[in-house]
Amino acid sequence: MNLGRVIGTVVATQKYEGLQGKKFLLVQPLDHALRVAGDPLVAVDTVQAGKGELIYFVNSREAALALEPFFVPVDAAIVGIVDDVAPETAQPLADVFSSAKTGGAL
Amino acid sequence: MKLCRVIGPVVATAKHKAYAGRKLLSVQPVDEHGAATGSSFLAVDDVQAGPGDVVLVMQEGNGVRQLLKMGSQVPIRSLIVGIVDRVTVSA
Repeated sequence: MNLGRVIGTVVATQKYEGLQGKKFLLVQPLDHALRVAGDPLVAVDTVQAGKGELIYFVNSREAALALEPFFVPVDAAIVGIVDDVAPETAQPLADVFSSAKTGGAL
Repeated sequence: MKLCRVIGPVVATAKHKAYAGRKLLSVQPVDEHGAATGSSFLAVDDVQAGPGDVVLVMQEGNGVRQLLKMGSQVPIRSLIVGIVDRVTVSA
């Protein structure tokens, strides 16, 4: 799943009947620091997200499973409205990596 | 699976019912030396991982559904399935 910002709405009257009555929103994918991460995409809304809201979405087959009754032909679905994203904190480089480069990671 | 470093929790009250009661973490994919590669994404945590942990993330819905045993109506695609203790890169 990925974070995203709702940047617009998409209306399509002529469409596959399984998509009737579904709301489509234009989403700009973001990373945890809310930086742009990929091109905007159209996602079906399942949580009444509004313009400008920070959301998270799921893609591929799991998007179709977010809808009742599935199986609706969508590959991106907004499944949550985000209240808070924990910022990155400087973490000591865990000694997990036995040949860890000095100063690598974040 | 992907090697990732946990960044921190993502809180969302209004969400699809399959996410109710589940912890959502933002994770940063890392390479075999721990260096960040690619954009961060979100994963449901099932192993009580915390910020800074290096974790194994499965990104395939079918496997997630089988693990979570919540039936088929589960729009979750990324799941943290392990906390990594050691990665050794043989020369």
